[in-house]
Amino acid sequence: MSEAVIHEEHHDDHDHKPTGIGRWLFSTNHKDIGTMYLVFALVMFFIGGAMALVIRAELFQPGLQYVDPVFFNSMTTVHALVMIFGVVMPAGVGLANWLIPMMIGSPDMALPRLNNMSFWILPFAFALLLSTMFMEGGAPNGGWTMYPPLTLQLGNAFPFLIFAVHFLGISSIMGAINIIATVFNMRAPGMTFMRLPLFVWTWIITAFLLIASLPVLAGAVTMMLTDKFFGTSFFSAAGGGDPVMFQHVFWFFGHPEVYILILPAFGIVSQIIPTFARKPLFGYESMVYATASIAFLSFFVWAHHMFTVGMPLAGELFFMYATMSIAVPTGVKIFNWVATMWRGSMTFETPMLFSLAFVILFSIGGFSGLMLGITPADFQYHDTYFVVAHFHYVLVTGAVFALFAGTYYWLPKWTGHMYDETLGKWHFWLSTISVNVLFFPQHFLGLAGMPRRIPDYSVQFADFNMISSIGGFAFGFSQLLFLYVVIKCVRGGSKVSDQVWEGAHGLEWTLPSPPPFHSFTTPPQVTDATAHS
Amino acid sequence: MKDQGIIGTTGKLTALAFLMFGFGYLLVPIYNVFCDLTGINGKTGTITQEQAISAGVDEQRLVTVEFDTNVNGDLPWYFRPKTHKLQVHPGEVSDVLFVVENQAGREIAGQAIPSVAPSQASLYFNKTECFCFTQQTLAPHERKEMLVRFIVDKKLPEEISTLTLSYTFFMAPGEKQTAIDDKENKLQQEI
Repeated sequence: MSEAVIHEEHHDDHDHKPTGIGRWLFSTNHKDIGTMYLVFALVMFFIGGAMALVIRAELFQPGLQYVDPVFFNSMTTVHALVMIFGVVMPAGVGLANWLIPMMIGSPDMALPRLNNMSFWILPFAFALLLSTMFMEGGAPNGGWTMYPPLTLQLGNAFPFLIFAVHFLGISSIMGAINIIATVFNMRAPGMTFMRLPLFVWTWIITAFLLIASLPVLAGAVTMMLTDKFFGTSFFSAAGGGDPVMFQHVFWFFGHPEVYILILPAFGIVSQIIPTFARKPLFGYESMVYATASIAFLSFFVWAHHMFTVGMPLAGELFFMYATMSIAVPTGVKIFNWVATMWRGSMTFETPMLFSLAFVILFSIGGFSGLMLGITPADFQYHDTYFVVAHFHYVLVTGAVFALFAGTYYWLPKWTGHMYDETLGKWHFWLSTISVNVLFFPQHFLGLAGMPRRIPDYSVQFADFNMISSIGGFAFGFSQLLFLYVVIKCVRGGSKVSDQVWEGAHGLEWTLPSPPPFHSFTTPPQVTDATAHS
Repeated sequence: MKDQGIIGTTGKLTALAFLMFGFGYLLVPIYNVFCDLTGINGKTGTITQEQAISAGVDEQRLVTVEFDTNVNGDLPWYFRPKTHKLQVHPGEVSDVLFVVENQAGREIAGQAIPSVAPSQASLYFNKTECFCFTQQTLAPHERKEMLVRFIVDKKLPEEISTLTLSYTFFMAPGEKQTAIDDKENKLQQEI
């Protein structure tokens, strides 16, 4: 801290940054905080991935092999919580931190101290959550959706789970407020809303979703907390409450949450595809409106997660049609990406390969989502491996692939070095092949009736589970290659130009690579020519 | 100028976050009103005995009403209907008896929660007397017969010919803590 103060007193214009651990602990710099978010997400990715491998090892063969069923259930629960709140969301916020000030031409985020706090809450929240693994009664095991009464029966882990969720919520809400405050107030002259890069647009909309939906989750888990310790009966039938109501309140948060995870991915891909197709993004305005419509509709479809609870027919029809209608703006986006590539001068560097895989594989996940949205069909698919296959296609080959693409795309800008393209391509092909070996057979398992969240299965599911587990281990270990490529690139490599990619447009590519500690000390003038692509 | 803008935006967004936290709680009464209106989750209809009698009985039609009982969790009670099935005319006032017995050596209060299936029928199922309206306290090993008086509304949709009235007895809230304390005391005595 003291070092930072001294430097401020010196008023150096150059890149003098505080050194040592203080640089990171007290950082108010958007780039450093962005880096911390991304590193944190990467660490959690391997923790959550190890949990997934425990699940896949147990499911390699029928019967109980390695872990007891309660621990297996903890693994499915904590794997989900870690991957959602510890990987995809922090990685998205990390990218937003790094890129938004550079993309809109501002020196830093609007609220740098809040930014520091919202990051440093995360390690504490996950310390709370992961410490439950070593407690009597074990980690949360009632599913990441935390349905009562099952989750209310948790032992010592219960309050830790609730407070971890509270902290994660507070962290994300503060991050979201910061992003909106930055974009609304810190844009460079001439950077009108309709000139914002699409990544910035998707983050504005995501931030609004965060602010509107996470407090509802905080409310729901607070109700559970008071049910357990203070004698309220929100969800206890004996006291006049209703456990099904938790599902409604939870999914009122839960469905916007899935768009919180995927909208930034849409933004990343919308930056990358025009660069490597060497054409402006097709239908920029329709992309903005489609993203906003998806976000708006996400508040009216929650009950499609719970068609089987016994809803009136009118309710099931309403939620089915509302769900189907989301396919329209999503289709607009997919077709716009395809149209951007149409007759473009495409090249296939690693970020583009991941983006192309994203477009194809996310569409597969979207289609299985439509199948699940059809009420009568959902009665068969509900809580089977078909659901698992669906959301892993949209979240792994969707959100995570976009994060890989974004990392490869901006890593040369961040570090000033080119990553190893050969190894990047190896990482891409290994990941893409193994991830399909991992998740595609799960569709068949689900359609044949294998339930999710069960450590054992009947023998007719054995072959597909074995294939899926082999894919799982291959995918998991391929990610070590990603780690190696990133570390190698950070430590050195061939120098890159400011623009890095031949077809890259936008303000972040006008800064040196790596960019100075403070991005734009004098705001650039933005015109149509220098705006997004 | 810029700072003021940032403070303004931050203030508005913080207020929005708090509003949405409140909205989460508001969903609770909204949910209950919705269930009352649609009759789901065992929120049965509400007419008085006089209203039902004055509406008359539909002698042409017979509806089967089945009775189902459950005891939740660690409530040490026996709970069964005396009749498992009744055929009634819509509009007719019928009685059915349930037997409940406390099998523990201490006094326990319980609360029964009703539910009607199919849910479209629940609005047409009216209870004028029920042991589920209040908590039931049973002395050690006490056995008791409890009455439910009900009327199936004449407006019950034609396609429904069978209804199930299901009860689950829960330990009354507040009892639970004493039960846990008892268990702990017992454990300590054993040690």
